[in-house]
Amino acid sequence: MSKNDVAILGAGMHQWGKWGRNFAEYGVVAIKEAMADAGLEWKDVDFIVGGDTMRNGYPGYVAGATFAKAMGWTGIPIASCYAACATGAQAIDIARTRILAGMAEVVVVVGADTTPKGFLAPNKGERTLDPDWLRFRLLGATNPTYFGLWAQRRMDLYGATEQDFARIKVKNSKHGVANPKARYKKIFSEEEVLASPLVSAPLRLFEICATSDGGAALVITSMDFAKKHGIANPVRISGVSTISPTFPNTVIDMPDFTTDSAAGISAPDRSFRDSIAYAAYQEAGIGPEDVDLAEVYDLSSALELDWYENIGLCKPGEAEALLRSGDTEIGGRIPVNPSGGLGCFGEAVPAQAIAQVCELTWQLRGQAGERQVEGAKVGVTANQGLFGHGSSVLCSR
Amino acid sequence: MSKNRVPAIEGWLTMDEENPQLLGYLDEQSGSYFFPKDVAISHAPGFADAEFKEVALSNRGKLWSYTTNHYKPPEPYVSPDPFEPYTVAAVELNDERMVVLGQLADGVDPADVEVGQEMQLVLGTLYEDDENEYVIWKWKPVEA
Repeated sequence: MSKNDVAILGAGMHQWGKWGRNFAEYGVVAIKEAMADAGLEWKDVDFIVGGDTMRNGYPGYVAGATFAKAMGWTGIPIASCYAACATGAQAIDIARTRILAGMAEVVVVVGADTTPKGFLAPNKGERTLDPDWLRFRLLGATNPTYFGLWAQRRMDLYGATEQDFARIKVKNSKHGVANPKARYKKIFSEEEVLASPLVSAPLRLFEICATSDGGAALVITSMDFAKKHGIANPVRISGVSTISPTFPNTVIDMPDFTTDSAAGISAPDRSFRDSIAYAAYQEAGIGPEDVDLAEVYDLSSALELDWYENIGLCKPGEAEALLRSGDTEIGGRIPVNPSGGLGCFGEAVPAQAIAQVCELTWQLRGQAGERQVEGAKVGVTANQGLFGHGSSVLCSR
Repeated sequence: MSKNRVPAIEGWLTMDEENPQLLGYLDEQSGSYFFPKDVAISHAPGFADAEFKEVALSNRGKLWSYTTNHYKPPEPYVSPDPFEPYTVAAVELNDERMVVLGQLADGVDPADVEVGQEMQLVLGTLYEDDENEYVIWKWKPVEA
């Protein structure tokens, strides 16, 4: 056990979908499910962290308060945070540092979102100083544009094929069909995926993550509290990475026009994406060879291949072989996205990194039903948020 | 009557039709380049007080990757009506060692480009209205 361990006593989610209701409603459902799972009451909670959403007006910017009010003010301290897709990991990190500092024992972490249809778009107005606005105006660089750039580069560098990308979608659809929290529960065939229209070539409609409504919550406590509460062997959080890039960051990323320049200062040995899970492994004192399953951010089907390498499951250029071997399917050596991943969920931004940890919790307890990874003891999540937010959580039991 | 050709954004590029260049910044202490103009200091850690001067960037580089968008993006992208697919290319500048995005020049078929090939910067039209053509940088393969 690492000195930084905290316990996950409860996990809960509102099913992902396009429900069109108040985002706080999804969060409350998730909190109640997580509290019941933990066998705790709202009055037992002494700190709450809310992951913010940018698409639901002011209540979304102060999510900690929104959820505290919704559950009933009890006077507890609150925090709200935003780190784009990495919001959930940052919320988890705030919760555990508060616990490790001895300033809280029972913390709720929650994120929820209600999303509009279609592409995520920048804020309205003539925002000529906002790089997010400018990339749409001057380049037409939507988020899938960047996914397409990364996917095409894999094809040219490593010989990835359209069939490989489709195979990821097919694999994850088989995983997610057994997940009651998933939005899309349909098994796709390679032919269906390859017949869907091109969005950002070589990527097709069924290979690009949708935007969804959903909510996820965790009840996190100190190890001492878990013991007092009668849980001798809880799922533990043993490492959390919320790192940022090291200059120069030489891989083009949303929402930028350029990478950093490597003309004066050499690029670091480890790229930003390679550093994300590495930091969590370092903290937990283990390596990728110890991992039994992974939940990674498949914003596109092709991006899952990048993550295999970034989290150390294989060397650069070997992800296609790992996929084709079947090792990353449930029943394989190292299943990836047993929840079904974003391909089956779509993205509910502030909830997503928390949802990844909910899946690890259920998997490490052996409660994942038909999608159970047999004998899972260690799991890792990986994710990355716009503007340089790394996110990785290492769980063990 | 021909329309005025005006930059789609002020101060980001020279309007030299033959040899256009992006206007970036050089931190002379660390040797790092930056584009576009944002916060006017070097972003190399430890070099926030470095001398910082505007420089025209090299307009040649190697194709890092490319993708063709088949769906109309949301505003503020100004789309022709009907929408036409367009290709976004990422090119690593030879001298500055930085990747710069730009649309592929009009008339270049993305089926004919490949990662690693030499590219050059050209001017192209981003969109137009009744009076003006709004000009932006685009990438084009260097003719063999």
